Amino acid sequence: MANPKLAVWKFSSCDGCQLTLLDCEDELLEIAGKLDIAQFLEASSAVTEGPYDISLVEGSITTPHDVKRIKEVRAQSRVLISIGACATAGGIQALRNFADVAAFANRVYARPEYIDTLATSTPISAHVAVDFELRGCPVSKHQLLELITATLAARKPHVPTTSQCTECKAAGTVCVMVAQGIPCLGPVTQAGCGNLCPSHGRGCYGCFGPKLNPNAPALSLQLADLGLTPPQLRDLYHSYNAAAPAFDTEGRTHD
Amino acid sequence: MTERIIQVDALARVEGEGALYVRMKGDTVEKVEFRIFEPPRFFEAFLEGRDALETPDITSRICGICPIAYIMGACQAIEMAWGLEVTPEIAALRRLIYCGEWIQSHTLHAVMLHAPDFLGLHDAIQIAQAQPDLVRQALRLKKLGNTIMEVVGGRAVHPVNTRIGGFYKAPDPEAIRAMIPELDWGAEAARALVLAFAKFDFPQDGTDYTFVSLVDRDRYPILQGRIGSNRGLDIDVTRFNDHFAETHVSHSNALQGRMRDGSAYLVGPLARYANNYDTLGPTVQATAREAGLGRVVTNPFQSILVRLIEVQYACEEAARLARAYVPPVPGHIDTPPRAGVGHGITEAPRGICYHRYETDADGRIMAAQIVPPTSQNQPQIEEDLTRVVTANRHLSDADLKCRCEQTIRNYDPCISCATHFLKLRVDRD
Repeated sequence: MANPKLAVWKFSSCDGCQLTLLDCEDELLEIAGKLDIAQFLEASSAVTEGPYDISLVEGSITTPHDVKRIKEVRAQSRVLISIGACATAGGIQALRNFADVAAFANRVYARPEYIDTLATSTPISAHVAVDFELRGCPVSKHQLLELITATLAARKPHVPTTSQCTECKAAGTVCVMVAQGIPCLGPVTQAGCGNLCPSHGRGCYGCFGPKLNPNAPALSLQLADLGLTPPQLRDLYHSYNAAAPAFDTEGRTHD
Repeated sequence: MTERIIQVDALARVEGEGALYVRMKGDTVEKVEFRIFEPPRFFEAFLEGRDALETPDITSRICGICPIAYIMGACQAIEMAWGLEVTPEIAALRRLIYCGEWIQSHTLHAVMLHAPDFLGLHDAIQIAQAQPDLVRQALRLKKLGNTIMEVVGGRAVHPVNTRIGGFYKAPDPEAIRAMIPELDWGAEAARALVLAFAKFDFPQDGTDYTFVSLVDRDRYPILQGRIGSNRGLDIDVTRFNDHFAETHVSHSNALQGRMRDGSAYLVGPLARYANNYDTLGPTVQATAREAGLGRVVTNPFQSILVRLIEVQYACEEAARLARAYVPPVPGHIDTPPRAGVGHGITEAPRGICYHRYETDADGRIMAAQIVPPTSQNQPQIEEDLTRVVTANRHLSDADLKCRCEQTIRNYDPCISCATHFLKLRVDRD
């Protein structure tokens, strides 16, 4: 039987999540032996026509052209997986959703009439059906490998939807908020990064997006007690996953 | 006269989305456009009003391949605005993590994205079928760069341990020391790759480039030095805007950098090497000599060798820094914000990356300007393409197209960066 065909697609993004696939240095040649890499423009000039068994999609939708392109990708893909905060929530560039994008274009470009862009940055799921969303800014290498392995085996991937707090407890990291009064989004943020920020003595800044059923208003009361002002609270929620519904809503209540 | 059009709608093996368009009439190249269609993301606009302490983490999201360049440029600029000076221990640790970024980014480009052009292959997976050991060595070297970024920064893409004033947590000395044997191996492995790739059949090409880089008499420049060129430019980093300007052209979502007199210039490994050969050290210079390179390399197709020479340097330098590592105490220097203007320039893998910020008394960003290396190289890439197409006009459209793509890859263009980049079309008339 032929190997399943893998395609990797890029929309508006920093390339960091695709790079995470190339960062699997120990596993890359093995993956290449089990999958036919049919389309991965960043890594190869060989392109095989669709349909594809698995499409990994990086980046958010920010131009009229990309709205059309993602529909073409969906039509050619048996399984479509969006990877990273841009593809799952719109990314940092979704900060335009709270502003006037024409003013942004005027601010950055001398000839804004050359720029063709949408007023919003939206996740892939806002445009087409998505089979699985892998969180993170960037995604975790371990979760990406688990997801590819599970998809090849046609089983559900083991990707927890619990909070960052569960990773602190499992790792024995002392709570930075309780012990040191450091503002932390851990209680409302999905686990998966590998307990990075708290284990380095800093508060979680939410790069894996909201956990399942987060209670952000309750956390905001705690953060206000620690001295955060409303604009600081707004900016804390409105960063790498600003347009994820739970963070979008909570940020706006402090605007 | 016949019109000939060479066009690539989506360039492969570059970071981000770009295209190429060339139109010829007879033997004359009429138009060359290196197009960047990566959608704009408006970083400078949404930074306004944010807390300056966020600038390293936010600007790192401009590029997943060179996040350290953005983190460090932002840190330097805000620290200058607020009058903050870091300790020598913090400066040394910053240089160490930056070596990690050079190693992983240069190895990724040289072996996995650029080498297939010289071997007539599509990708590193195909190289692995013919020369598995070469690809395994390269992957191990790339992993070494990522390991440095993980040990010092917490993760390889968008590290979390870096901040204005230094680091959240000083890395464990044991973990730093544990990298030394692999760094010693890395310097040898990079040297072996330079000597192996020196046997490639390089196209004859070259021109009298204006090489712009940081220049430092004492140490090969990464995070320090003045802005200098091979034509006598020697200025403080705060004067960048007096000598360089960005313009906006219709075929690109990236701004193009030029000298104030309108001329193109080159940033990146060839410029750093030409302007700072003396500080590479005897072992790295010996590798360059054995590979047949002089003190200045003007054939852009040989940039792949210079990039790997810099990998050898970065491994040697990282090993020196790891051996001398003293954990910074405290891990970072705190300072109250103040209203001010600050500039930062560091040598990203692809060349100088400039940041300028204005903050108010509360430490909010009032204005932001970021000039990545690929924006600066765009006009030079278009001049290189004109020269290469003219010299190779006898080639078939397919072969000419390949040569054009290779010309672009000489720069390891990072399109994601440039928009904060390309498709080839050649019109022959």
